[in-house]
Amino acid sequence: MRKALFIIGLAGLLAVGAESARAQDYVLTIKDHRFTPTELKVPANKRVQVTVVNDDATPEEFESHEMKVEKVIPGKSKATVRIGPLKPGRYPFFGEFHEATAKGTVIAE
Amino acid sequence: MLGALLIVFREVLEAGLIVGIVMAATRGVPGRGRWVTIGIAGGVLGAAIVAVFAGVISDAFEGSGQELFNAGVLGLAVVMLMWHNAWMARHGREIADEMRRVGTAVSEGTKPLTALAVVIGLAVLREGSEVVLFLYGIMAQGTSGSALLAGGILGIAAGAAFTALTYFGLLAVPNRHIFSVTSWLIALLAAGMAAQSVQFLNSAGLVLSLDQTVWDTSWLLSEGSIVGRLLHILIGYTERPTEMQLIVYVAILVAMYVLMRIARPAPRTPMPAAAE
Repeated sequence: MRKALFIIGLAGLLAVGAESARAQDYVLTIKDHRFTPTELKVPANKRVQVTVVNDDATPEEFESHEMKVEKVIPGKSKATVRIGPLKPGRYPFFGEFHEATAKGTVIAE
Repeated sequence: MLGALLIVFREVLEAGLIVGIVMAATRGVPGRGRWVTIGIAGGVLGAAIVAVFAGVISDAFEGSGQELFNAGVLGLAVVMLMWHNAWMARHGREIADEMRRVGTAVSEGTKPLTALAVVIGLAVLREGSEVVLFLYGIMAQGTSGSALLAGGILGIAAGAAFTALTYFGLLAVPNRHIFSVTSWLIALLAAGMAAQSVQFLNSAGLVLSLDQTVWDTSWLLSEGSIVGRLLHILIGYTERPTEMQLIVYVAILVAMYVLMRIARPAPRTPMPAAAE
């Protein structure tokens, strides 16, 4: 049972990996506690992978209640966030550790 | 400084609510102070370790390591809370009887409160690792950090004060109700954690079925607001739950109820527990 679950999980991960290799890569960069770009367009009704690059020396937590994501990104590193499928619309996100400046929106269309 | 205070307070608050509830739930259980201390100390140590290896964890499993880690931590906490509730369903009555008779808890040997210690440890570890990362970031920034650091430390103190408030607030519940009140609180806590865990598995790409949003109550109560956050921890409030989250939430509540029913000792004639 456990082994089966593990294999299913592994297959799932591989499938996700294979899918992302083909899909367009979306990138958000954090610099001076700000996101670039502040508006990121992604296709609606599709699962997409966003790479969040943290160029600051300090860690940040990428968070969005609307997209149900929360992920800590250590300083000077990057992380992968999977979102969607999203209905067409605007989905705000923010950096929890620097909420005043680190803000942006994902636009699904 | 205020910003740092608020961020740290928020994280400590989340762990503190859980610690306060679990502590109130085990009122009168002998030896629990030691287990609570072990749980907190273990959690702080774990948080530091997790913070140090944050990058490694994040990169593991094709970048899904952090999600899987969070899902695992939450899942384990759910299991421990269920075990804890089952245990209290079986022994809560005896403890309440003892407290009524002698006025204080009677030492009948230390109870193995490992479940309690693990739940506290996991809660502290999960929220604590974020605090450690955040404070580390502040220190790494150098000189201007001292005010922020002071804010962070004040945040921890405020969070600890809130834990005490939760605990003593729950102590105001009369003795004969305390076990059912805390059992329900813990059941809701566990259901919320399980629903959250499922969402992390979804983010990791493992549980992708039934991922449609069922409703959206963000107009009514934002998850980012203070009340929204408190309810998120306490009963697992989510402004946009998915089908899978709802199913898991209800399933855990039902499972908890059944488990506590099974664990409850058969009613016996009023004979003091001399037979045991």
